[in-house]
Amino acid sequence: MPNSLRVILPLLVLAALAVVFVIGLQGDPRKLPSVFIDKPAPAFSLPDLAQGQPVVTPESLRGQVWLLNVFASWCGACVTEHPHLLALAAQNRVAVVGLAYKDEPADTQAWLEARGNPYGRIAVDRDGLVGIDYGVYGVPETFVIDGKGVIRYKHVGPVDGDFFRQHVEPLLAAGGR
Amino acid sequence: MLAELGQLLLALALAATLLVGVQQLLALRQPGADMQTANRLLTTTALASFGLTFGAFVLLALLFIGSDFSVLNVAENSNTLLPIQYKFAASWGSHEGSFLLWNLMLCGWTAALALASGDLAASYRARVLTILLLLQAFFLLFMVSSSNPFERLLPAVPEGRDLNPLLQDPFMVIHPPMLYMGYVGFAVAFAFAVAALMERRLDPTWARWSRPWANAAWSFLTVGILLGSWWAYRELGWGGWWFWDPVENASLMPWLAGTALIHSLAVTDKRDALKSWTILLSIVAFALSLLGTFLVRSGVLTSVHAFATDPQRGIFILTMLTLIVGAALVLYAMRTRDIGLGGRFGKVSRESFLLANNVLMSAALGAVMLGTLYPLFAEVVSGRKMSVGPPYFEAVFVPLLLPAAYLMAAAPGLRWKEQALGALLRPMAIATAISLALASAWVLLLGPFKWLTALGLAGGLLLTWGTIDHARRQLAKVAGDAGQPLPIGMRMQRLGASYWGMVLAHLGVAAFVIGVTMVKSYESEQDIVMKQGQTVEVGDGWRLTFIGVDRVSGPNFVAQHGVFELTEGAGRVIYLLEPQKRMYQAGRQVMTEASIDYGLFRDIYVSLGDPVEAKPTDAVSDLAWGVRVYVKPFMVWVWLACVMMALGGFTTVIDKRYRMRRTVRATAPAAVAPHSGATAEA
Repeated sequence: MPNSLRVILPLLVLAALAVVFVIGLQGDPRKLPSVFIDKPAPAFSLPDLAQGQPVVTPESLRGQVWLLNVFASWCGACVTEHPHLLALAAQNRVAVVGLAYKDEPADTQAWLEARGNPYGRIAVDRDGLVGIDYGVYGVPETFVIDGKGVIRYKHVGPVDGDFFRQHVEPLLAAGGR
Repeated sequence: MLAELGQLLLALALAATLLVGVQQLLALRQPGADMQTANRLLTTTALASFGLTFGAFVLLALLFIGSDFSVLNVAENSNTLLPIQYKFAASWGSHEGSFLLWNLMLCGWTAALALASGDLAASYRARVLTILLLLQAFFLLFMVSSSNPFERLLPAVPEGRDLNPLLQDPFMVIHPPMLYMGYVGFAVAFAFAVAALMERRLDPTWARWSRPWANAAWSFLTVGILLGSWWAYRELGWGGWWFWDPVENASLMPWLAGTALIHSLAVTDKRDALKSWTILLSIVAFALSLLGTFLVRSGVLTSVHAFATDPQRGIFILTMLTLIVGAALVLYAMRTRDIGLGGRFGKVSRESFLLANNVLMSAALGAVMLGTLYPLFAEVVSGRKMSVGPPYFEAVFVPLLLPAAYLMAAAPGLRWKEQALGALLRPMAIATAISLALASAWVLLLGPFKWLTALGLAGGLLLTWGTIDHARRQLAKVAGDAGQPLPIGMRMQRLGASYWGMVLAHLGVAAFVIGVTMVKSYESEQDIVMKQGQTVEVGDGWRLTFIGVDRVSGPNFVAQHGVFELTEGAGRVIYLLEPQKRMYQAGRQVMTEASIDYGLFRDIYVSLGDPVEAKPTDAVSDLAWGVRVYVKPFMVWVWLACVMMALGGFTTVIDKRYRMRRTVRATAPAAVAPHSGATAEA
């Protein structure tokens, strides 16, 4: 190997690696394309947290845009997004359904009593089986589901004001289609 | 309050290291700077930043132990039910916490260097410490700006999320600190090399100064990797101990570079040769430690763990890595010609064999790096996700590292500069033939002949013989100053700690080669369904009886607890195996705890699967369970081998030669000269 190349080679390797890593990092891990997007929301039938209510199913929400928010009382990040969900609920423009993921109903209840309840209905997914159907791998996650029961967007991590503006409002403006 | 105080301590450490580091960097460019004052200032700063960072670390540990869930880091990685030792270990279980630990180690190494480097040339010492302080400043800046371990979570949550159950293991308490000690320790060798480039130091003294630090870092890294591997063996329940997963490879790469480095440093120290290589390896070993940190912590390779990562942080670490390593490499490109090639040596000589070791280690390193990063390249280029599995790594590793074992058997006995080929070949040929014959007999005793197994065992035997035979000859050669015979203890002492460290580490490599060959060639696995009271034959002459399963509960989990009786021959009980399947309450994860009967020549490893669906008519005693049984011959040898390598590395550090003051060094070689010529060094 010529002497000058030997000297420069380590630098070239470093530069090439840095370029690949920068490109590799652009793939935002939070925006992993969900295989569920543009697919019908998987069916489920879960008891409501409130006693005496009928079971919660995606079928019963047909014809309107709704959000399925996966949350739990043991989840720290859920506390961060809670005020945004409360604000959303106060506007009363979209149905927010909670999926209490791997949580004891009594704990969920206490947690909501302390912080306020933004949910129209709460499905109790105690052993997390519905979570598996929806590909949940971290809490919180939020699914946007349109009037035809099709998942239009999946958000991983706490939602904020932008989430509603960017992913829910356009759908409402289009009449839920 | 504690959290804010911790943040303050980190900010103070940042201010101190950044100010002094930059000021010294500029001051060192001035000719005739006052080195004494500079060194005093640098020592004080190094100690102060260690104190401040240590304080911050203690505060974080207190927050974890006190379960303060108003701190985000604590809320996400701890839980009130967590046993106290894991609460403590959770301090470095998260991204933020692990960086604090990383930096604490860096400060620790710097402070140790500041205290133990009195005999370095003043201007050189000042440069080394300045570089280390600037490195600290980089990491502190990262912590203060985008990875704050003390960030508040308001309002506080009543209960934390819990530490990942995989990490709730006694080994996890010590594995990361050991690994980080190794990673970060290479920063010292890096600083030595860069300072040598800055000063255009042409003599080999910098290599001698660097050696004990590099050896210590390498030994810590060896222990860290050993603990990680042993942990995977016990905890993952698949009987495997090395999975070639990106996180493991991230620690193996600096280890391979470090192995090349400590040998290259020996050549530069003794013969003033391979200088350019040694400098490059010093930079590369630390660059790979940083790369390892980046790969594990940025999420670039494990992008599904979305909560552990943040692209912004990834960019920050990457920028830091590129700046630090890039600056060092630019300096290397500019100055390496001034450093020169150094001492010449023949095609067959100790130098050439050590160079061959460098080349083999670097090739192995390249192969691991390619395999680890290939999925990333493929994703960047084609957008498809893919993975490179163990078959690739095993296919490239064996042909690269097995020859190294054969070369190692001969290397210590070679002369520096030039070795007559005949004098090398005859004894080696005989020894190789005997080793191959013994190994073949060994393989044939165990079953059908497998040539790769025989080659592996022969490599281990030859290396053992070569190392012990060399030590024997060395001992015979040592005599008193007047040529009088000496007692064995004194002769051993004369050869020096670094020689015995090398012997121990090389014997460790031999044990490793034998252990890996045996376990890879003769391990067996049984995946069976067992009913209570049922007995199966395991391996050669053991019987495993399934007593039953009951439920037990731990502090933060409930478990199904299986009991198996292992008997040998006519029914002598040799061990009660108690594997568990644990369900951790906070995160609801299920974890397998394997149960292992360790033995010098075989491990018997049992892990509990799931109960087989019972029919309502079945009686309780008919309940059947899926059970995995592994027999792992010589598995313990792998762990013992790593312990020997690490102990060997640590032993070299205490060698007096590295700690001689300049005045002593001037007279010492004369006293030892008659015997030390081509003999007593690692």
